[in-house]
Amino acid sequence: MIQEALFFSAVLFTIGVAGVLIRRNAIIIFMCVELMLNAVNLSFVALARLHGTPGHVYVIIVMTVAAAEAAVGLAIIIAAFRHFRSVDLKNINLLKG
Amino acid sequence: MTLFYQFHFYLFGLLAVASAAIFVTRRSPVAAALWLVNVLMALAAMFVMLGADFVGAIQVLLYAGAIMVVFLFVVMLLNLGHPDEIGDLRDHRWRLGAGAVALLLAAELLVVLRDPLPEPTVATTSLAAPPTANAVTPIAEVFFREYLVAFEFASVLLLAAIVAAVALAKRNVRA
Repeated sequence: MIQEALFFSAVLFTIGVAGVLIRRNAIIIFMCVELMLNAVNLSFVALARLHGTPGHVYVIIVMTVAAAEAAVGLAIIIAAFRHFRSVDLKNINLLKG
Repeated sequence: MTLFYQFHFYLFGLLAVASAAIFVTRRSPVAAALWLVNVLMALAAMFVMLGADFVGAIQVLLYAGAIMVVFLFVVMLLNLGHPDEIGDLRDHRWRLGAGAVALLLAAELLVVLRDPLPEPTVATTSLAAPPTANAVTPIAEVFFREYLVAFEFASVLLLAAIVAAVALAKRNVRA
């Protein structure tokens, strides 16, 4: 069962990476990051069967970090939207060389 | 593992993967968010099946309940619900790059899966414990003893995130 869980975790992580790379909407990119964090959580829970309860503790800490990241990231998106009137990353290119 | 258990584990896994694939290809942020909720629910079921009852409950309450509501709230606040006005997929170069990364990760996965993992040696707490036992106690015992410093840092992190979110989202902030 652990092996299957790790397989699904890897597939979900890959889908998250692909989403970050192919999308331009900043909010959807954030959601893809959440998907990647969840894929990692799944492998933590699966490996907790092998190594004991600390895996669950890591999952809870990852969820805390995800919540903090969502709060700050969405605040940044709101601030960027006020400035650029868009969340499309095509229009946010001040650092482009 | 019984066949019933195995079937449902695969069912929820495939549900999560299929929902994730639909999620990254939806144009509308609202539809994408709802498909992501589907992924999170399937993952919560997998957590429970892997013996992490408390983590599964937290997943539903905190992720599907709280974090996704914040995402939907921002979509509503910025009035982004019209899929034709917002950014679409990136152009072919980026898609090829994403495909290359996906192939690389899939190759790594195949290499990793060649050697079967060892069977569980430590009996998981929620599987070993009688069904009437509290699901929170084993996690709390580890969390508040060995990982107390991490717990305190997590609370400081949350406080900093709250302050940062308020400061960033405030109008007319003077630096």
